[in-house]
Amino acid sequence: MMTGLWQIYTLFFKMGLFTFGGGYAMLPLLKHEVVEKNKWASEEELLNYYSIGQCTPGIIAVNAASFIGYKRRGLSGLITATLGVISPSIIIILLIAALLEKYMDNTYLQWAFGGIRISVIALIVDTVWKMWKSGMQNIRDYVTFVIVGLLLVFFRLSAVLIVILAAAGALLPFPPREGKKP
Amino acid sequence: MIYLVLCWEFFKIGLFAIGGGLVTVPFLFDLAEKYKWFTTAELADMIAISQSTPGPIGINMATFAGYKVGGIYGGIAATLSEVLPAMIIIFMICKILDKWAENPYISRILQGIRPAVLALILYAGWDIAKISLTDYKNAGLFTALLLAMHFYPKSPIFYILLAAGAGIVFHI
Repeated sequence: MMTGLWQIYTLFFKMGLFTFGGGYAMLPLLKHEVVEKNKWASEEELLNYYSIGQCTPGIIAVNAASFIGYKRRGLSGLITATLGVISPSIIIILLIAALLEKYMDNTYLQWAFGGIRISVIALIVDTVWKMWKSGMQNIRDYVTFVIVGLLLVFFRLSAVLIVILAAAGALLPFPPREGKKP
Repeated sequence: MIYLVLCWEFFKIGLFAIGGGLVTVPFLFDLAEKYKWFTTAELADMIAISQSTPGPIGINMATFAGYKVGGIYGGIAATLSEVLPAMIIIFMICKILDKWAENPYISRILQGIRPAVLALILYAGWDIAKISLTDYKNAGLFTALLLAMHFYPKSPIFYILLAAGAGIVFHI
């Protein structure tokens, strides 16, 4: 099935417009629009894109968009998706930089952003909650999750290092892969 | 030619900043020092605004910094230069994955990384929570939003707008 380039552009424009903060904040939106509504990719594929997007150069949000664009329409889809994600930033930041910088201190705006930040945390937690099933399939996965959690909390390892370690761990023969679900 | 220097510098940031938008911050501080395009105080304001406005933070900062150097065209040139390396690299990875996705080692690695990515995502939420969930009012809004979005799934956009409204009403 071919997807129109305009459709790709507008979808990723929307993703860029409603992402507040880093690339992880875009994940709930991608899951809703790309996986559930349009079925352009599966949940597992989306997590794969984030894993690879973590340890390749560039902004994670753009990397994830590039992957999905490529999957739908090859190179032209990749370029279109990336342009879609960055367009709202360019428009909004240029407007702010040129005209509105002084309004950014407005109290109401600050309150609205305060609320948005909280919704971003809630969306992230909710996404992990919903993706739990596709990400955690056997005892190995739980072990990985706990070890990574400890490494992050106690040593603040970089995402790149985490992904590389997890990849190396995936090649170890233990614990056994075909474990029963705990 | 300032635009060429601008494009080159942001191309390099796009190539070497691995792991997301905030990783570009130290590179921008280097630029502030090297070229005096903007002061570090201006840069701090740019980061704050980029974090709270729509769009991935790394892209917002590139547009902002580019604008400071070369106006509107500078903003566009810096942003495009920053995403170009990633587009080239992701394109190559896609080509490789097309060929190797069925390889048992590759699929084992991809499957093995997934739980690590879930932990990373959760940790990103924790990072924002540390600065945002500072009192009972905020924690209450967080809990209400989380339960609402989990049991009444709607578009994330709906909940983002709802939270913006709640922020104004409850003075978050």
